[in-house]
Formats: sequence, structure tokens, C-alpha cells
Amino acid sequence: MAKRMARMAVRQMIRMLLLIFCASLAAFVLLSLSPIDPLQQNVGQAAMGSMSAEQIERLQAYWGVDTPPLERFAAWVSGMLQGDFGVSLLYRQPVLTVIGAKLANSLWLLVLAWVISGLLGFGLGVLAGATQGRWPDKLIRGWSMIIASTPAFWVALLLLMIFGVWLKLLPVGLSVPIGLEATAVTLADRLRHAILPALALSITGTASVCLHTRQKTIQALESDFVLFARARGESGKGILLRHVLRHVLLPAITLQFASLGELLGSSVLVEEVFSYPGLGQATVTAGLGGDLPLLLGITVICSAMVFGANFAADCLYGLVDPRIRKGAGRT
Amino acid sequence: MESKKQNAPLLQVQGLTVSFSRYAQGFRRVTLPGVRDLSFSLDEGELVAVVGASGSGKSLLAHRLLGILPHNAQVGGQVLYRGQPLDDRLAGKLRGHEIVLVPQNVSYLDPLMQVGEQVKGEKGDAQKASAALRRYGLGPEVEKMYPFQLSGGMARRVLIATAVQHTPSLVVADEPTPGLHPEAARRVLGHFKELAQAGAGVLLITHDLEAALEVADRVIVLYAGAAVEEAPAASFAAKELLQHPYTQALWQASPNHGFVPLPGTQPVGQLPAGCAFAPRCPKAGPECHEGAVAYEKQGAGYVRCLHPEGEQL
Repeated sequence: MAKRMARMAVRQMIRMLLLIFCASLAAFVLLSLSPIDPLQQNVGQAAMGSMSAEQIERLQAYWGVDTPPLERFAAWVSGMLQGDFGVSLLYRQPVLTVIGAKLANSLWLLVLAWVISGLLGFGLGVLAGATQGRWPDKLIRGWSMIIASTPAFWVALLLLMIFGVWLKLLPVGLSVPIGLEATAVTLADRLRHAILPALALSITGTASVCLHTRQKTIQALESDFVLFARARGESGKGILLRHVLRHVLLPAITLQFASLGELLGSSVLVEEVFSYPGLGQATVTAGLGGDLPLLLGITVICSAMVFGANFAADCLYGLVDPRIRKGAGRT
Repeated sequence: MESKKQNAPLLQVQGLTVSFSRYAQGFRRVTLPGVRDLSFSLDEGELVAVVGASGSGKSLLAHRLLGILPHNAQVGGQVLYRGQPLDDRLAGKLRGHEIVLVPQNVSYLDPLMQVGEQVKGEKGDAQKASAALRRYGLGPEVEKMYPFQLSGGMARRVLIATAVQHTPSLVVADEPTPGLHPEAARRVLGHFKELAQAGAGVLLITHDLEAALEVADRVIVLYAGAAVEEAPAASFAAKELLQHPYTQALWQASPNHGFVPLPGTQPVGQLPAGCAFAPRCPKAGPECHEGAVAYEKQGAGYVRCLHPEGEQL
């Protein structure tokens, strides 16, 4: 048993390393192919014109423009293998420090959006499944279809216009009030600034959990064991609470863990819309500014997070589903 | 009124027809086979078997009695429970304690719920549940098991245990034996016999005539969904005591009575005009192919045939 677990852990580790390697390679190739010249982007055409050839050469060396791509990537990999993420070219700070600061901001959004979209999507999905074909189902299904086909940034723009510009209820952007000292920022300020971006992310996140849960609910309601529960005189409410929820909850949790990747992806655009200084915005800045160490560092951290979430879902399934738990225990 | 109620049999089924239609391959409506023109009655303490081929829709009869047919089922005929029409409302009130279902197999148990909790049910009592399980030789360790850990025989006994906690008046057993080895099947059927001896009316729906004969008081034989004969179990002692050619063919097909197979298969879907069995019947004349044949009292039972055994030629 312990040996099996160890073997599984090793296999998962290898998988994760492979995934991270492939993801960072892809990010590197994309950045190398990017037509943006980091010098022109970061220094500016006008400033470059007034520089001496020597200065430009130094800058080229700084941005790594003159190094062959393969050599740059090899250097980055060998640094990574020693645990060195490198220094961000734009922020002039160690990559891990930058990511840490940005992630601390984004984590608010991600956790809020993850929990809200999960709960909301699950609740709506069960309701829709239980009222299949009647008006609550039609309403929820229609809403989910619209949301599923709506890009996150558009929802973000809409929310920003309604609540930020027209109603002036919530701030239009940033993570803290403008012109306030960092020590004077309260938790309430941070929350107020996180509401709109988190809402935008939550709304787009509900659709898939909701539709999936609806399908699973219908499936459970059509099963033999629900038919038998009815034959035994169990009430509709009892059937839903005692039998259906059990069968719907696990897949929903799994899906919610697996959707973390999508959430990270949407957060890039949503943070951009709200000028929210999080990981998403840092990704865009690093990509556009040719900040290779930062971009690859973010890629590594995000891949690890997505992999970790999927792995957690797998483990959870094994722990919670008796068919897997006991089945494994027997062999 | 009161006396009429008391004299009324436990269950009376009159001309019951249940069928299903659904859309197959686009918009073509197909009617799925079910039960056609089924009539019988069942008293307390009796065990009556309804025998028909697998996959002929016999389960629909069980689902009708419990009021759990899906909305797209078409139902005709009448069902009386103690003289009162057993509609969905009455069935809804009685199911689970007075009328109980013992379903076919383990898929009717919630795979994610422990057996003990499951036998107890929504409003049940844990002690009654353990007592019911103990009655069928299933100890406390079984209560902690999940359905996938049960053997076929254990699963059947768990399903029976769900039914007996409330001392039901009517037990509907839907195919309780397939997949069991003969010894386990005999034991399961024995449990149903015990329930009948304790005063319940037991309706056994099965495809296994041999097994049914071991416990049943009366047997109703279905052909293509319609009852063709009702006979006391004792009539199955000899071929001559049976009246319908199909029942006789079934009798001959059994290993104890020559193992003679009847060529052909039961019709599914589109039924022939006249007697459904006529195309395979050794006795069929031209009159058998036209017009429906009535189900009539004859001798010790009922038969649906123009030329039953023993008719005067």
C-alpha cells in the first residue's frame, strides 16, 4: 500500500515537471517569435535615437536581444534547476519577490471568484436539474448559455460601466484607493476594490459548473436508485438531499478544481480591465515588455497551481468516493 | 359499503394495459412493448407469479402498482386495492410501508450510501433496519458496507430487508432471482414464501417458470405482454392440465419435461392480428388469425385461446 502510494507520488512528480517544462518552453517560443522589440517597447524610439551605440549595446545585452534563443533558454533552465528564478528585467527585483507581491493581490480575487462561482454554479445547477423542463430550469439554462458564450473581459467592462461609472457604487479600478498611504489602506478598502473583478470572474465561472451539475442531477434523478427511493415513499426533498446531492457534489468539486486554469486565464483579462495590479496584469506586462524571466517564472508558478488543483481533485475523489477508497483498500 | 370493502380482494387488476412511446431516430414515434390486457386478483397470504419473457416490459406492471410510472407511459384498465381504485395519489400514500417493491438488482441501491442507512430509508428506524437485515442473516458488518461490496445474493437479501421492516400487505417482487445460483435463488424465493405465509399478498414477476412454480400458488403466463393463461401451480404437474398451447410448449421446454424448444420468437412491437401466438401455434386455424381473443374463465383458471386443451372437437 505504502509502496503503491510512493510510486504514484513519484509518477505525479515526473508528470508535473514535464508539464512545467513544456509550458515554459511554449511560453519561451512564443515570446521569441513575438514581433515586439523589448528595447523599443521599454526604452522608446526617441530615447534610443539620442543614445550612443555603446549604450544601445549595453541595453541589448541587458534585454538579452543579442543572445541566441536556445542559449537564453538553456541558461534559464539551468538557473531554475538550481532554484534560481532570476531577476525581473522590468521590475529589477527577484522574480519570486515580484510574483509573491502580485499573487498576494490576485489571491483575493481568485479565492473569492472560485468560491462564489462554485457555490452559485452548484446551487443553480441542482435547482435546474431538479426542475428539468420547467421555467426555473429554462431560465437558468438560458442564463448559463449566455454566460458560457460571453468573454470574461466583456462582463468585466459591463460591470465596470454599470457599478463603477453609472451608479458610482464601487471603484472603477486598482486594488487600493488612489493617493492613500499603504499603511492607511483598510481591509474594507481592499474588499471594495476586489468586488467587481471578483464578480466578473465569478459570473463567467458559474456557467460550466452549473450546466455540468444540472446534467449530473438529471442523471441521478433518472437512476434506478432514485426510482426505488420513490417506490419506498421517500419525498422529493428527501431524495434530493439524501441521494442526489451525494452524487452531484463530487463531480462538481472535481470540475471546480479543474477549472482553476480557466479562472487564471480569465483573471489576466479581467485584471487588465480593472487595472488591478495582480498576477494577470504582471503576465501581460511581462509578455509585452519582453521580460523573459518574469514571464517564465509566472508560467512555472501557474502551471504548478493548475497541476496542484487537478491533483487535489484526484486525491479528493479517492478519499471521498467509497468505490475508489474501499476498492483500492481491498486489492 | 363497509362489508363490500372487507370482502374485496387485496389487489384486483382488470384489463391493465401499460405501454410507452418515445421518439426514436428523429421524430418517429415507437411504442415500446408493455403489458396488455392483464387481469388477475391477489389475496392476502397468496403468492401469485406473473411469468413472461425477459425484456417484455413486465416491470411496468410493478411500477404501475407503486405509482412510479414515468409521465410518458400510457395506462389503461383498472387496479383496485382493497376495493378502492389504486390511483397515483393512493399509491403515493401507501408505497413504502403498505405496498412495497423489491426491485431487480443492486443498481436500485444508492452506490454512495451505506447499506444500513439505506435500508432504514428517509423516515425509518435504525433498529428496525438492523432487525430486518439480521432476519436475513446480514449482521452489523453489512450495515457499514457499500452496495458494490455486496455479493449478488446479499444484495437481494438487502433489497428484501428494505421491504419487510413495515410488515407490508402487498409485496411486489420484480425479477428477484436472475444472476443467482440455484441455491441462492431458492433461498430468496423462500423468503417471499415466508412473507406470504405471514399474511402478505406477494406478486412475483419473473421470467423463470421453474423457480416460480416452487413457491407460487397460482401462475399467470404472459405472451407478447398479454396474459394467455392463469393456472394453479398444481396444474403444471402434467401437460394435459394446462390449457393454452403456449403454456404447454413452455412446460415441454423445461429440462424436466423433455427440453423440447418451441421454434420462433415472441413478437416485439408490431403484433400480428388475432391471437399473438397463432403464427407459432400447432393448433392454430384460420379463425385464430382474425380478431382479438377474449380472456375467459375455463376449468381451474383463465385462458385466452380459441382451442384450449380439453375442448370438445
